[in-house]
Amino acid sequence: MSAETMLSLKGVTKRFGGVQALTEVDMEVRRGDILGIIGPNGCGKTTLVNCITGFVRPDQGQVIFQGRDITGWPPHKIADLGLTRTFQVMRPYYSLAAYKNLIVPLFSPRARRTGGWRGGGRMGDRNTVAVDILEEIGFERDSYVPYKTASSLPTGYLKRLELARCLALRPDLIICDEVFSGLSMSEMASMLPLMEKLRAEGVTLIMVEHRLRELFSLANRVMVLNFGAKVCEGNSEEVMANEEVKRAYFGSEEVFEYV
Amino acid sequence: MEAVMQSRRKERVDRGIKVRTDGVYAVSSWREITYLVAPRLLLIGGLVFLPLMFSAVPYWQKVLSIICIYSLLAISFDFLAHFVGLVSLGGALYIGIGAYTAALLNTHLGLPPILTIPLATILGGGICTLLLWPCLPLRGVYFAIVSLMFPLLAARVIEALDIFGGTDGILGVAGLPNKWVEMYVLLGAVLIILFGLRRLVNEDVGLVFRGVKDNDQAVKASGINIITFKALGVFIASAMGCLGGAMLSHLYMWAGISQFALDFSIIPIAATVVGGGGTLAGPVLGCLLLVPISELLRDFGTLRIAVYAVILCAFIVFKSEGLMVYGSRKYQQFERWVQI
Repeated sequence: MSAETMLSLKGVTKRFGGVQALTEVDMEVRRGDILGIIGPNGCGKTTLVNCITGFVRPDQGQVIFQGRDITGWPPHKIADLGLTRTFQVMRPYYSLAAYKNLIVPLFSPRARRTGGWRGGGRMGDRNTVAVDILEEIGFERDSYVPYKTASSLPTGYLKRLELARCLALRPDLIICDEVFSGLSMSEMASMLPLMEKLRAEGVTLIMVEHRLRELFSLANRVMVLNFGAKVCEGNSEEVMANEEVKRAYFGSEEVFEYV
Repeated sequence: MEAVMQSRRKERVDRGIKVRTDGVYAVSSWREITYLVAPRLLLIGGLVFLPLMFSAVPYWQKVLSIICIYSLLAISFDFLAHFVGLVSLGGALYIGIGAYTAALLNTHLGLPPILTIPLATILGGGICTLLLWPCLPLRGVYFAIVSLMFPLLAARVIEALDIFGGTDGILGVAGLPNKWVEMYVLLGAVLIILFGLRRLVNEDVGLVFRGVKDNDQAVKASGINIITFKALGVFIASAMGCLGGAMLSHLYMWAGISQFALDFSIIPIAATVVGGGGTLAGPVLGCLLLVPISELLRDFGTLRIAVYAVILCAFIVFKSEGLMVYGSRKYQQFERWVQI
């Protein structure tokens, strides 16, 4: 435990009516980590992200970000502290041009206070900085792509746009909710170095993923959820060797033996 | 010969001049400058000369003032609905609050219209925003219903508690110096607000407003409090309505319950449908068309509403995009049929 703790969860629990979405989830993320969260469909990964970022208020438990208890804070205040997220279902501003999408985060109080990405929130010309961010993240600057409306962009670019919206705030921690899903192999291959670069720049990442191969190549720790509870945590080999994880993902062989 | 299935579709292509005038090349020739400036000049010139054209018929000059008041409401509705994402049916609330504020400031504090009108605009906007503040987290039809309730509630409260003159209203409000002042103040306000808002929605603040409309969750995730921006949007829109209301009370030298009438909520929406939503200029066109029609139809008595309804239905069914959208498409693009 040499590095400083960025985010820690203590016994986070969430029920939706009779559905137990999360049960007593504990978690710890240290500065510079890339933490992967995996689990079968419906195991509560996105609910966990929502609980952390304030889109859903946990029933019990605590969310502590950089030493501050942020449980139940509204989303914009949490984002203001530098904890941002992407959405699994992309949420661009469809009627605006791609680069104009980034004016909104660059206009936020955080970006104006801290300068945001390369001072773009404070230096004035947000349009130029917006195009800079998009170029950084794989929109070809000299093409027409950054200037097209978001509604006409393909999935790959929209996923990048989600990430760009987070970057514009210059966050300390980004939670990526399935940035790789729906991307082609080549699109994914071009996203990987981007994530590496973010880590090199000192951004802590939490990645909720279904693409295990890509995730394991990035993450230094992986946490597995099943039925809203933490099954195990460790590096990728430890996790894949775990019997409970195999059971959660592939079904249990023992079941077949007993049948 | 076998019958060939002929299918075709309409292709729309931007006119060359439209593409050229999108960038800095707009100033490269008089033709291009004219292309850009002509529609705007037509609107400004038209509005400025209308009062002069009707100088012989004072009745229609009064109608022109009413058109302007409805235009302010229609622009405010369009701004809130298409750029902030709040469908507000509270036009009557804005007019009523503006009218009563101006009337009270004038009769109780003795302020002249030159002070009461700006004060009523700002104060009224503030009051409306405070009233609607608890409803701001609501979206879509829920906000619409709540905002429709407010003017009805205000009228009943004034009636039941017999405050502000009760059913008689506030009499003896000072009039404006003359009809030219009243018309040109209103026309000036409409033009300044129209072009100002068109500028605003493309500025950085305006983009946040549009972000709230497009995707409020993403705005929250960007660290921006959407309630603040919705409140700011409501303040801008309601202040415009209150300006109209303040003018109305000085125009009629009276403020009363009928200024909370639903006409002020409904006609601006109809004008926005006819003129084309999301264009800001469209609602003004819609008012220029609908309000005179409504005046002309007065001769028909109660049949007026029926004729009015037919016109509206026809627009919704046959040209739901609205005049302004249709017009600007014809102006900027040419269409041709292509075989597929």
